[in-house]
Amino acid sequence: MTDPIVKFEDVHKRFGTLEVLKGISLSVEEGKVVALLGRSGSGKSTALRCVNGLEKIASGSLTVCGRELGKMNVDLRRLRQDVGIVFQSYNLFPHLTVAQNVMLAPIRVRKLSKSDAGKLAEHVLDRVGLSDKLSCYPEQLSGGQQQRVAIARSLAMQPRVLLLDEVTSALDPELTGEVLRVIESLARERMTMILVTHEMGFARKVADQIVFMHQGRVWETGDRSLLANPQTQELTQFVESDL
Amino acid sequence: MLNLTTQQSLFILQGAGWTILLSLIGFVGGSLLGLPLALGLTAKSMATRLATGFGINVVQGIPLPILMFAVYFGAGLAGFDPPTLAAAALAMTAYSAAFLAEIWKGCIRAVPRLQWEAADCLALTSLDTLRLVILPQAVRIATPPTIGFFVQIVKNTSYAVVLAFMELTYSARIVNNNSNEPFVVFTIAGALYFLICFPLSKLSRRLERSFGKTREAAK
Amino acid sequence: MAGELDFGFLSDYWPAIAWGVVWTFVMTVASLIPGAAFGVLCALARVYGSPTIARIAAVYVEVIRNTPSLIQAFWLFFGLASLGLRLSPFMAAVLALSINFAAYVGEIIRAGLEATPHGEIEAADCLGLSPLQRITAIELPQAIERVFPALVGQSILMMLSTSIMYQISAEELTGVAWYIQSFTFRSFEIYMIVAALYIGMTGLMRAALSSVGLLVFTRYRRLRTPL
Repeated sequence: MTDPIVKFEDVHKRFGTLEVLKGISLSVEEGKVVALLGRSGSGKSTALRCVNGLEKIASGSLTVCGRELGKMNVDLRRLRQDVGIVFQSYNLFPHLTVAQNVMLAPIRVRKLSKSDAGKLAEHVLDRVGLSDKLSCYPEQLSGGQQQRVAIARSLAMQPRVLLLDEVTSALDPELTGEVLRVIESLARERMTMILVTHEMGFARKVADQIVFMHQGRVWETGDRSLLANPQTQELTQFVESDL
Repeated sequence: MLNLTTQQSLFILQGAGWTILLSLIGFVGGSLLGLPLALGLTAKSMATRLATGFGINVVQGIPLPILMFAVYFGAGLAGFDPPTLAAAALAMTAYSAAFLAEIWKGCIRAVPRLQWEAADCLALTSLDTLRLVILPQAVRIATPPTIGFFVQIVKNTSYAVVLAFMELTYSARIVNNNSNEPFVVFTIAGALYFLICFPLSKLSRRLERSFGKTREAAK
Repeated sequence: MAGELDFGFLSDYWPAIAWGVVWTFVMTVASLIPGAAFGVLCALARVYGSPTIARIAAVYVEVIRNTPSLIQAFWLFFGLASLGLRLSPFMAAVLALSINFAAYVGEIIRAGLEATPHGEIEAADCLGLSPLQRITAIELPQAIERVFPALVGQSILMMLSTSIMYQISAEELTGVAWYIQSFTFRSFEIYMIVAALYIGMTGLMRAALSSVGLLVFTRYRRLRTPL
């Protein structure tokens, strides 16, 4: 069996005096989809942001793509070429067209030629169903379309792991579907993904592993059936509150 | 001061006094003229807005030295022989009014639309609305940029050298002509301007920050 | 001694006036380019520099913005000459105007940089861009775009302030006017003409710089949002 691509071991994280991660341990295998669920403040987003070094861990060990992040000399730029992230608020660059948004990092970071990056942009935008929007500016697109561009922008770096941080939370309900369908198709292509989400039904559908976090700890974890028969009172309440 | 005689030093200080006086006249005059212009820029009638805007653009498109010459020689042509202080003050007034009007237009516009409507609902006349509701709020918003603009006024009084008015810059030139210590003289003149302007710049920024904070808190 | 307006001198002096317009334009462009470049550096130093560098840039900005440009020009032209560094009037004028313009541009662009949404910075970092790449590709272009109207206004103010540089005998339009009126004694007339020329140049400059903005910021052109 191969080593997990992301491995938390007793990871702690503090913001000032507030301890938001109280020793979490978690492994993600290559090609799997892991959904982090929990109430706001449970630490799920913080855990996700630790994976690409946006947050620094206080203690414990976190290994991502063979790099140990607790160590001082981790090259964050190299790490982030392996680990893509998509945010709740898309964070597209408004002064660049859709194609330019996608091509920027491949050209500057991966040093692709303009024409290669252009082909790549067409390819990834086709994967998210937006090949007709290459020359649009972000503000001309709907929220759902912008989020799909953000996913394409991450895919263009050909990451080994994709982090999705509540990517549908800022969207109107009728626009979440198109984004979830893109994620589903990525899951079918065996893209390793860690997603923080509120969409419990969606988690049940695509996740190979579901992790319920509560008060900075991994409270319960298991496969898709976890939500159907919760073991703890907290998860039971959490599942019920969604109905 | 360094290689200057007491007399020369006093002469420069006296120039600083005239600079302050000219600045104050320019500011007061500019305010008196600028306020109606600002109201003109925010008036309901489009013709008033356009006419005011046109006049302001004309003044803003003319360099201040030319404005000073035009006032001075224009008065001469009309048969007056104005003292240089009067000509410089008039030019400073026109210049300040044009810029203050634009600054204040922004401040009046920054008072939320809702306030006008709320005042309307109280059946206030539009003059009362302006006087009791809008202006007091606009004044608060306008204070930092107005003080900031006062710094520009002080610096721009140096253009009155073109009329040989004895303000700080012209005094420094004269002292330089008979001391031949340009480095010392102009460093001192620069330092005096800085002493007048810097505290005002700082005050303007501090007010802006504290105002920004209360606005944040109100949200 | 109320007089009448007499523009008869124009037939002899219009080439000199045209010459003045050209030199005002040359002086403006010569100050605009290095001033803008230095202003950008100033803004970058204040926002991203080490505390010492940021402090030096802040002191520079404060000293320049709180003293008149004419005093700066006298200092550069007369003051430095007395220390042995002799600048030509044109050089001293361009230098004074550039350092002045830079201090204002620096503050304007700094405000633009500070308005960058945090999420965009995070996104750029997460794509593996280096800080320098992030600044040049994401932050600076948008900062300039955001404050472009203020930059146009400041450029026009700078053009207008070339008019005082005849005080160090640099050649430009106001100096030409001064020279003409000392021969013709038609002071008011010549300054009226020159005032009209400056108003025209102001309009022209605003139009030219706005066109440059539309050319550079393609998004504005495409979406037809006003600059």
